[in-house]
Amino acid sequence: MRSIRAAAAVAVTISTLAGATACGGGGDSSGGGSNTSPKTLTYWASNQGPNIPADKKILTPELKKFEQQTGIKVNLEVVPWADLLKRILAATTSGQGPDVLNIGNTWSASLQATGALLPWNKANFDAIGGRDRFVDAAVASAGAAKKDPAAVPLYSLSYALYYNKKMFADAGIAKPPATWDELVADGQKISKNGTSGKWGLGAEGGNLSENIHQAFVLAQQHGADFYDASGKPTFTSPGAVAAVKQYVDLMGKDKIIAPGNAEYSQNQSLSDFSKGKTAMVLWQAAASTFASQGMKPQDWGAAPAPVASGTPGQGKNVNSMVAGINMAVFKNTKNTKGALKFVKFMTSDDEQKILNKAYGAVPPVTAAQSDPAFNVPGVKVLKDTLIKSAAPLPQVASESQFETTVGTAIKDLWADAAGGKPITTASVKDELTKAQQQMTE
Amino acid sequence: MTSHPSPDHHSLTRGPASPVLLEATSQVPPAAGGDVLKSGGARPRVPRIPDRIRRGGLPYLLLLPALVLELLIHIVPMAIGIVMSFRGLTQFFIRNWGQAPWTGLHNFKVAVDFNAPIGKALLHSFYVTCGFTVLAVGLSWLIGTGVAILLQENFRGRGLLRTVFLIPYALPAYAAIITWAFMFQRDNGLVNHVLHDQLGITAKPSFWLIGDNSFYALVIVAIWKSWPFAFLMVMAALQNIPRELYEAASIDGAGMWQQIRKITLPSLRSVNQVLVLVLFLWTFNDFNTPYVLFGRSAPEAADLVSIHIYQSSFDTWNFGSGSAMSVLLLLFLLLVTAVYLIFTSRGRKSTDV
Repeated sequence: MRSIRAAAAVAVTISTLAGATACGGGGDSSGGGSNTSPKTLTYWASNQGPNIPADKKILTPELKKFEQQTGIKVNLEVVPWADLLKRILAATTSGQGPDVLNIGNTWSASLQATGALLPWNKANFDAIGGRDRFVDAAVASAGAAKKDPAAVPLYSLSYALYYNKKMFADAGIAKPPATWDELVADGQKISKNGTSGKWGLGAEGGNLSENIHQAFVLAQQHGADFYDASGKPTFTSPGAVAAVKQYVDLMGKDKIIAPGNAEYSQNQSLSDFSKGKTAMVLWQAAASTFASQGMKPQDWGAAPAPVASGTPGQGKNVNSMVAGINMAVFKNTKNTKGALKFVKFMTSDDEQKILNKAYGAVPPVTAAQSDPAFNVPGVKVLKDTLIKSAAPLPQVASESQFETTVGTAIKDLWADAAGGKPITTASVKDELTKAQQQMTE
Repeated sequence: MTSHPSPDHHSLTRGPASPVLLEATSQVPPAAGGDVLKSGGARPRVPRIPDRIRRGGLPYLLLLPALVLELLIHIVPMAIGIVMSFRGLTQFFIRNWGQAPWTGLHNFKVAVDFNAPIGKALLHSFYVTCGFTVLAVGLSWLIGTGVAILLQENFRGRGLLRTVFLIPYALPAYAAIITWAFMFQRDNGLVNHVLHDQLGITAKPSFWLIGDNSFYALVIVAIWKSWPFAFLMVMAALQNIPRELYEAASIDGAGMWQQIRKITLPSLRSVNQVLVLVLFLWTFNDFNTPYVLFGRSAPEAADLVSIHIYQSSFDTWNFGSGSAMSVLLLLFLLLVTAVYLIFTSRGRKSTDV
């Protein structure tokens, strides 16, 4: 009898408890943060170094410094790229997230649309020293035009053409190519139509973001954009089609990219480069990866990515996207003031120098760029590109959808090119039409 | 055990030798305690809770935690998913689901409009999944059953072989599939090394992870992953078939093939019914295999419906549309399961008669 009652009581208690905890997770739907826990902050950092322990090693001393200055303890979590967006979406949905976080700058407008991030209006920018401390192009990649940015630029990156000096010398190439024609000609000297076992250029055909970055830049060079001024997709404009075709033709027609690259998505093109299998790659800040793969700094060179005219600039002479990491404050934070202080600290001139040096990136803060560390050959190319000839990816709410649909279209075209199917303007247009039709409003 | 429980119990509660239990009874509400004393050896009765409910209700009470957890873990998310499918839940509303507009059947209409691109892509993915499921389940079953029958004979090393065959089933899915992904790589993969470099079967190295071959890569990995389960189930079922049947059959002059057809397969019928259903559901819904093999965008030839739905909701942040597709998938699987069970059960009854 007694034991049965006890069992029943336990059973009821467990059920009630289970019910109670499950109901405890509801989110606070009102906007804006509070300051109810001013002593701590949770910070989700993206994985910028070669691995997560390396990031912790770089960031921990800086966070300690911040704690000494302000008495606010920052709990650091370094989130791998593969998880970051999903974690942010989950935090947005549940309302339970970090106080401060890193976002890839191409996600800015998409995340801005969710309303989960603190808008950087004038007051908030003033709290960290003003908007004009930052490079314009970098702020432009932090949210849709004409809206308060959803984030603040933290590390900036751009694309450069990395080349293997010895392979160039062996093929009798004196200087890195400045135009696409030169790049194709140089590539063919090395790959000899695919007969030499070595290849001119590397690509990551299976990496959707990488496909998008390159297609975007080439579209700019053809005077086209993937979105019109009102934010409607224009994937099938003649310029966009020509851009995608030109990129995939590097494998199909010009035969300077190895067919195997069509399935690369884990940075295999960088290891091919380090091993001397391919002579060139278009990449952002690859120096530390090359070093970790055993390539010495004197073995490779970096040059501006090619443009048809040979002189990078604005408009049709854009040769890179504005790549980089932004720092955002989660609207549901319980420590808004502390979060602003932390962003101010991380974007201060001194910290910008320390952090960007450690990550091989370029500071988006103008005053920090003058440091001599950002004038060494590898980094200077990235910096000059960023200042003179980089453009932000379309800052529209459906950017994430665009990466998926168009990125997949290009991935499929790589597969066709690798399989020996001819890539024609019509076949490219077909794929892009399919991609555009899948964009839901 | 010879002692009769009920009198024993009462003698103990009243006896001085068990103070703990005595104390326990004294805490029971007085009515109950008095009842025990008054009724003596008769069945104890608690007046406040009628006997019927006490006896009938207890199982339900004990089931309550499980039921509540089941509700929370399975039914509630499912219900939320169904509700979501009627709303325009896009990135603009994920922060506050309640504000997402009701869109009625819009998401469903988009999903089943097979002339429009989204519906067409879903239908294509559905066909791919059907083909994939038929091949993967059929071959998994065939291999599993075949091997189980072969391993019925007693021979040296049988135990070892049985263990080895179960390894794919025991391995963590991710580790196993990522290994396959490496093996299927065009330039450095083992598959091309054997087919092209060693045997010279293919004229040039083929792609397995992109293009049309990706379908076969997917089928191969799925079979490799699920046949050990079929093997395990059939092996267990085979242990229950009396040896005498085979002996009698062989005396009657039945060969190996006839024995399998006339004795083994009919005896496996009920196990196969469940086995094929479970394999079908697992395979049709398989997400791990394509996701680990191909990443977040599967090639068209291997675009399974589960990953297709994932792409239409997570990657594009349109959770309403993804939910509608999931609901359609759920309905389809329910329908197939129901039809399958009705069909196979009816068939069994008529053979049993």
